[in-house]
Amino acid sequence: MIRVTHAHKAYGTFAALDDVSLDIPSGSLTALLGPSGSGKSTLLRAIAGLEHLDEGAVLIAGEDVTHLPPQKRGIGFVFQHYAAFKHMTVRDNVAFGLVIRKRPKSEINRRVDELLEVVGLAGFQHRYPAQLSGGQRQRMALARALAVDPQVLLLDEPFGALDAKVRDDLRRWLRRLHDEVHVTTVLVTHDQEEALDVADRIAVLNAGRIEQVGSPEELYENPANPFVMSFLGSVSRLGDTLARPHDLRLERDASRAHAEADASGVPVTEAEVDRLVRLGFEVRVELRQPEADESFFAQLTRDEAADLDLRVGDTVWVRPTRTLAGTGDVPALAG
Amino acid sequence: MILTTPAKLALRVVALVYLAVLLAFPILTILWRTFAPGLDVFWASIRTPAAISALNLSLLIVAIVVPLNVVFGVVTALVLVRGRFPGRRLLSGVVDLPFAVSPIVVGVALIMLWGSQGWFGGLETLGIRVIFSVPGMVIATIFVTLPFVVREVEPVLREIGTEQEQAATTLGASGWQTFSRITLPAIRWGLTYGIVLTVARALGEFGAVIMVSSGFPGVSQTLTLLVHSRYIDDHNTYGAYAAATLLMMIAIVTLLLMTLLDRKRPAAHFAPTPARSHS
Repeated sequence: MIRVTHAHKAYGTFAALDDVSLDIPSGSLTALLGPSGSGKSTLLRAIAGLEHLDEGAVLIAGEDVTHLPPQKRGIGFVFQHYAAFKHMTVRDNVAFGLVIRKRPKSEINRRVDELLEVVGLAGFQHRYPAQLSGGQRQRMALARALAVDPQVLLLDEPFGALDAKVRDDLRRWLRRLHDEVHVTTVLVTHDQEEALDVADRIAVLNAGRIEQVGSPEELYENPANPFVMSFLGSVSRLGDTLARPHDLRLERDASRAHAEADASGVPVTEAEVDRLVRLGFEVRVELRQPEADESFFAQLTRDEAADLDLRVGDTVWVRPTRTLAGTGDVPALAG
Repeated sequence: MILTTPAKLALRVVALVYLAVLLAFPILTILWRTFAPGLDVFWASIRTPAAISALNLSLLIVAIVVPLNVVFGVVTALVLVRGRFPGRRLLSGVVDLPFAVSPIVVGVALIMLWGSQGWFGGLETLGIRVIFSVPGMVIATIFVTLPFVVREVEPVLREIGTEQEQAATTLGASGWQTFSRITLPAIRWGLTYGIVLTVARALGEFGAVIMVSSGFPGVSQTLTLLVHSRYIDDHNTYGAYAAATLLMMIAIVTLLLMTLLDRKRPAAHFAPTPARSHS
């Protein structure tokens, strides 16, 4: 387990970490999710020892490592831009940590062969990083980090510099790898889809603070506040309530909408259809509240949209099935 | 910029003529003058006691100056690139000083500092002679060659950043291991170029060295000083040409050696930064 307690870190007057405490369970794959400048990378680098905390402590497996250098923390670290050793072959890159530890040659060879197999680079061992694609370089970096059997694997936006397709493949591959190797993994990302896809726990950071920690479902379904809600997916704002676009029901009949609303206690909103966008299986209905002149959108299935037979300019009544109050600090959930 | 074919040709001719007149012709003249009388004459001219002594002295100065400049040059470059402290720009300016100051001024300044009347002149009463002796020539050469390693290593260091070093650290490498296994190989190309420039300049330095040398043939003449004294003092024109050719040969051998050493290692796999020329 990794435990961070009351971590503070400031760069000049900018507080990168403002009293952050976080527990990361052993064997989990935890994502630190947040916008740039939220402190997520600083937190990861503080766990690695690449950054020193102004205050607070870091414990890895019960041991206080706050004042230990990175070399002695038993970590593996993967950088966004791979940090490949450009003058070494793939094989020498992966072997680096073992060579530093002066392991016997036979053991190094065995371990490196094994890892190259795991990351699918067995045929590339004599190449130099410049001769690899971005995805291959990052897999090499992962093998290099795993070679020393780290207690924790720390990944700093590992797929951020890759194409969308490669990123998808590598993400899925990392998930499978984690299911096999079970090393406690912390992944920094600003991409909510990546966090939801790959992690079993997510910590959402904003402005140097942790907003919420939980499983992807918990965070998506029960966001603690508007920030978490809007960071983890699309949000439609109806007056001062927030709802997911796919939780919006549209009714052509005002009286039916009101009857439903009275039963559930959630108000209905009158809106005008601005535009209809068909995106494969779903239909995006762009709506506008005439009196407030606020735009938002609803996601319907193709069948729902066909039943309603919507046209641009039609008036509909919008009823959210789940909402989060958009104003005030206290999260109010309904639905 | 898109050029017509005649314009391209014209540009090429201009560049080639410029290089030929200013660089190739003078060097070819010296080579022709040196080897026209025959190899044995050349051999005899560079085997005189004064020539051998001059060669030895030049090589000795190079042997002292290059390692010092490598060590302090790399350290200075690291400080300039990685350091965040007030006065960093000033330090960067100071490194360029030898480019700005005329070598003869350097010589004068050294005499004022280290000469018997100078601030550190007291050393002479202890029997350590700096000015008009080898230490003075070494100090003068260090002064004029100091920027080369720094200025060649600096951009490479800036380009490689610190991520590779951080990665090595997380993999367990100590500070020294990180430097010798990651940083040094990464900056090797720039360092090599800096060394070549340092050697060339150390061999060829005239102004600063002549001020602090006693100039006795066979004692305190470098090869460059020998060329000068043979030509001006001895009116031995041929001897001057022969010594000049020897100087050029050493420089070319250095360049070849460094290139070969670099080829042997896999440095060719990452693109070197373009070379920048200095005064």
